[in-house]
Amino acid sequence: MNHHPTEPQETIVTDMPDRPALLKRWRPRGAVWLAAPAVLVLLLALAYPLAIVVVRSFTDPAPGLDNYVWFFQSAVNRTVLQRTFVVAAWVTLVSLICAYPYAYAMTIVGRNLRLALILCVLVPFWLSGVVRTLAWVILLQDSGVINSFLRGLGLPPVKLIRTLPGVVIGMTQVLLPFMILPIYSVMKGIDTRLLQAARSLGAKPWRAFLQIYVPLSLPGVYAGAIIVFILSLGFYITPALLGGPRSILLSSLVQNQVLSLLNWGRGGAMGVVLLVATFVLLAIAAPLMRQKHSSTRREA
Amino acid sequence: MTASAGAAIEIRKASKRYGAFTALNDIDLHIRPGEFMTLLGPSGSGKTTTLNLIAGFTDISSGTLEIGGRSVTGLPSHKRNIGVVFQHYALFPHMTVGKNVAYPLTLRGIKGDDREKRVKRALDMVKMADFAHRYPNELSGGQQQRVALARALVFDPPLLLMDEPLGALDKKLREWLQLEIKRIHRELGTTFVYVTHDQEEALVLSDRIAVFNGGRIEQIGTGRELYDHPATLFVGRFIGDSTVLRGKSEAAGDGTVMTIGGQRIFAQGRLPGEARPVILLRPERVGLKRPGADALTGENRLSGTVTEAIYLGSGSKYEVRLADGTIAVVRSPLGATDFAIGDTADIAFLPTDLTLLPDDASADVTLT
Repeated sequence: MNHHPTEPQETIVTDMPDRPALLKRWRPRGAVWLAAPAVLVLLLALAYPLAIVVVRSFTDPAPGLDNYVWFFQSAVNRTVLQRTFVVAAWVTLVSLICAYPYAYAMTIVGRNLRLALILCVLVPFWLSGVVRTLAWVILLQDSGVINSFLRGLGLPPVKLIRTLPGVVIGMTQVLLPFMILPIYSVMKGIDTRLLQAARSLGAKPWRAFLQIYVPLSLPGVYAGAIIVFILSLGFYITPALLGGPRSILLSSLVQNQVLSLLNWGRGGAMGVVLLVATFVLLAIAAPLMRQKHSSTRREA
Repeated sequence: MTASAGAAIEIRKASKRYGAFTALNDIDLHIRPGEFMTLLGPSGSGKTTTLNLIAGFTDISSGTLEIGGRSVTGLPSHKRNIGVVFQHYALFPHMTVGKNVAYPLTLRGIKGDDREKRVKRALDMVKMADFAHRYPNELSGGQQQRVALARALVFDPPLLLMDEPLGALDKKLREWLQLEIKRIHRELGTTFVYVTHDQEEALVLSDRIAVFNGGRIEQIGTGRELYDHPATLFVGRFIGDSTVLRGKSEAAGDGTVMTIGGQRIFAQGRLPGEARPVILLRPERVGLKRPGADALTGENRLSGTVTEAIYLGSGSKYEVRLADGTIAVVRSPLGATDFAIGDTADIAFLPTDLTLLPDDASADVTLT
């Protein structure tokens, strides 16, 4: 074979294969109106009240930044704001630790077991949050199931109800599905044959897992962490029922201002602070989620 | 990428069972150092199972497997130091081309300039050095497979395994990459074991070919040996085009006489034992002639009708329906008499230009 053939040009499919123009272009005008009911509900039930809250935080009782000055001057408010973020961070971390192996298990077990695991994730969705939280009250209280069990073993009781750990445990249970499902959906798309390839190149099994599998699962981890963290920041029922005076979160303060003291301005200001903090966080997290390899750009 | 001595592989009485299913049934395979060995067969014939056993992806059920004179039974794949190229490329999507190729070096504690140099050399070898900073999804299939080849060779393994590496590529690219793989094999001296179901690919690439069927090896030999002297009907039919003639046969001296559609054929040689013989004809060894014309001494003739005539440039290819319904394939050289579809014609061949084989009904079933 003395001649040197040149590389043939490979055609790269960058778009859908050609289809009849009629089919490709079938986008009836006015299709956007299909979204109208949802948009209407969002406008009426979310955008309008939110606008009112924002406006009143600057105008009630008098125009100006008084409500914000009051919020940040109060040591209690600052402590509660900080505590809200710390609790959200703990809930996110504990959820992640529980969800990652669970989601991984879902990808490797057989079909029936996988269905059972999915069911375990989804069943809590079908129960009201109040009912679930009351169940935790029964489990966690001083004379509850956990402490009875500890007493039975001759161990000292632990204080869980009306403490931050109790709140974190309850919130984690409620929010766990929001961590498991995004991680699982990314994991089930990972080609496990890549691990076989890594092993053939000389990687021990755990190393192949850490260097190949874990990085490829990160988009799901980021998505789940952001959802859980943001939901945690605004959580109300669970912390209110499981927490005590020393574990009040921002949502309880808002409720107190608005419903008990009828102080819409201050309550609104707290809501706006939480909203802005959430946006800042999202802005920081966004570059993390942008995965270079997931770009669809292709060059010949 | 230093020219390292390739490793020999010695497989003896190896079987692989999955529950009640026997994927590999008592095979013996010896691969010489530096050899290009192709495992050829239809899907489910055991060729990929054999590759997986060598790679360490699956354990042998019984028998022995030695690589480079050392038994590797129980040795996990990451300790075998074997390069593997997969049909699905298996590049790590979160690493650039450069990082992918550097990965096996990093695992071996090779760092800095040395690693950079070796990555560069490996990518140069597959003509992908300009793509080191790209991500795999920015490359075409052929480019990805070249990177995968560089990654499997960058750590100088004595043995490279390839599992249908060109299966997902189009024909033109496949032919070009076949020549590239052949060139790289020549340059490195590494032992290559290549799995394919494409017999033409096997003929282009290999020093020797092992033909798999139903979990067994039917025959091991060079492409020429397999084509000219197939040991079984399966091999004869799997490698190249062929015509199989079946009929009532009887011994005649040191030869065999077969009656096909009322016409008698004489074949040199006899099959040992009780096996029912069939005749295998290669298209180039058969002539197409006007009925009754141009007879040579001792020539066999079977009359039929031309059902297909294809002009190939270097000659013509015909399909002829014989009296008993068999379709015979004939390839005539340039300058031979032309025939058109519908013409009556004789196929003509000498008693020595054929292969007498024991009949095997499974050879037909497996191919369709």
